[in-house]
Amino acid sequence: MHYNSVIEEKLAVSTSIIACVFDGGVALGADSRTSSGVFITNRVADKLTKITDNIYCCRSGSAADTQAISDIVSYHLAFQKAETGEEPSVATAAAVFQELCYNHREQLTAGIIVAGYDKVKGGQVYNIPLGGMCVEKKCAMGGAGSTYVYGYMDSNFKENMTEQEVKKFILHLLALAMSRDGSSGGVVNICIIDGQGPPRKEFYIGDQIPKYGI
Amino acid sequence: MSSIGTGYDLSASQFSPDGRVFQVEYAQKAIENSGTVIGLRGKDGVVLAVEKLVTSKLYEPGANKRLFTIDKHIGMAVAGLISDARAVAEVARTEAANYRSQYKSSIPLKYLNERVSMYMHAYTLYSAVRPFGCSVILSTYTEEDGPEMYMIDPSGVSYGYFGCAVGKAKQAAKTEIEKLKLKDMSCQELVKEAARIIYLVHDELKDKQFELEMSWIGSQTSGVNQQVPANVHAEAEKDAKAAMEEDSDSETEDI
Repeated sequence: MHYNSVIEEKLAVSTSIIACVFDGGVALGADSRTSSGVFITNRVADKLTKITDNIYCCRSGSAADTQAISDIVSYHLAFQKAETGEEPSVATAAAVFQELCYNHREQLTAGIIVAGYDKVKGGQVYNIPLGGMCVEKKCAMGGAGSTYVYGYMDSNFKENMTEQEVKKFILHLLALAMSRDGSSGGVVNICIIDGQGPPRKEFYIGDQIPKYGI
Repeated sequence: MSSIGTGYDLSASQFSPDGRVFQVEYAQKAIENSGTVIGLRGKDGVVLAVEKLVTSKLYEPGANKRLFTIDKHIGMAVAGLISDARAVAEVARTEAANYRSQYKSSIPLKYLNERVSMYMHAYTLYSAVRPFGCSVILSTYTEEDGPEMYMIDPSGVSYGYFGCAVGKAKQAAKTEIEKLKLKDMSCQELVKEAARIIYLVHDELKDKQFELEMSWIGSQTSGVNQQVPANVHAEAEKDAKAAMEEDSDSETEDI
């Protein structure tokens, strides 16, 4: 990594992302930094990407790769919805993501967490890390920043949290990750999906983000 | 028949002047020669039953089955040319498997029915092919949507049914089915009725031998398509034969 190659370097969302189930749905969270080497190309990036009305994903890795994959999955699920007349399930969304991530694992740098709500199984979270594995979790994290906060997640995550509790949990977790990790930062984005109307997206900025450390 | 000698029946891609496609109608005739097939959809599942005509005593029992499993949650019964029906079953299986590998979930029957219908319909459009000489009944049971059943014609038309019949004695079978209160019936009851109806509509004089084939899918099989277990099958068959005896007894008394 040389400074003179900033422009040619791949834009990477080296990130802190999290998604977890709570009482009534799922919550997704992400920081907002996109960088190219040491240069922050976007300080207010939106890494919580819509796939269908009630399914979102958290993106980490290459910005280009994950955007392209998300677009392709959106297309497949929109097609399925048009053909069957039914809302795609979260499991199906995760399966389509996995198929793409696994088949092109040599070419891709993509760590994706798929989260959403469907009528059959309610809120669900699927983690699809680098190699294209897919595993359903109650709570999943990803991105470089997450390594600093596994302990926080393990000691603070509870099943069946309320919406307020889960928001606080994610906000504090991401604040910790962003304070330690140089490649995470900016604002905190949180998205709540509970099947009661459209997903609700919020962001926390400046003083709204808790301060940790020295 | 109005079609004979007119020349409008030589291709599936040509209409007759009064707007018919004779090749499709001939395909429907092929089905009328086959053993009766019925499907009953109750409150907790679907039962399919087939009167499989056996044309020689020299055949092994259980050969040329007319009941298929398309996916673990989908059953199929066929009437008409067995070889055509096998091709349709193969298409349905491929379709269900592709859906599963793409989306990691079971294909909805509504969608499978649409796909298979479209496929069969495509064979009524071109001069190089002939329509399928078979009609198929598709059944499923899911926790979310309960029991479902569809029947597809050689023309590619399909409907959802509570009860349906196709084959030689479809009229007689339909009359019997209409007497049932299908919506209140369980699979256990439906199996008995299905066996009774198949025995009732069987024409002893024209076709001597037949095998009764039955499959079911419902809450009691956890949404898995299965052949009706041997003991339940035997019991239903015994009751069906007994009902036939009773019937013939009362007829003689009348005389």
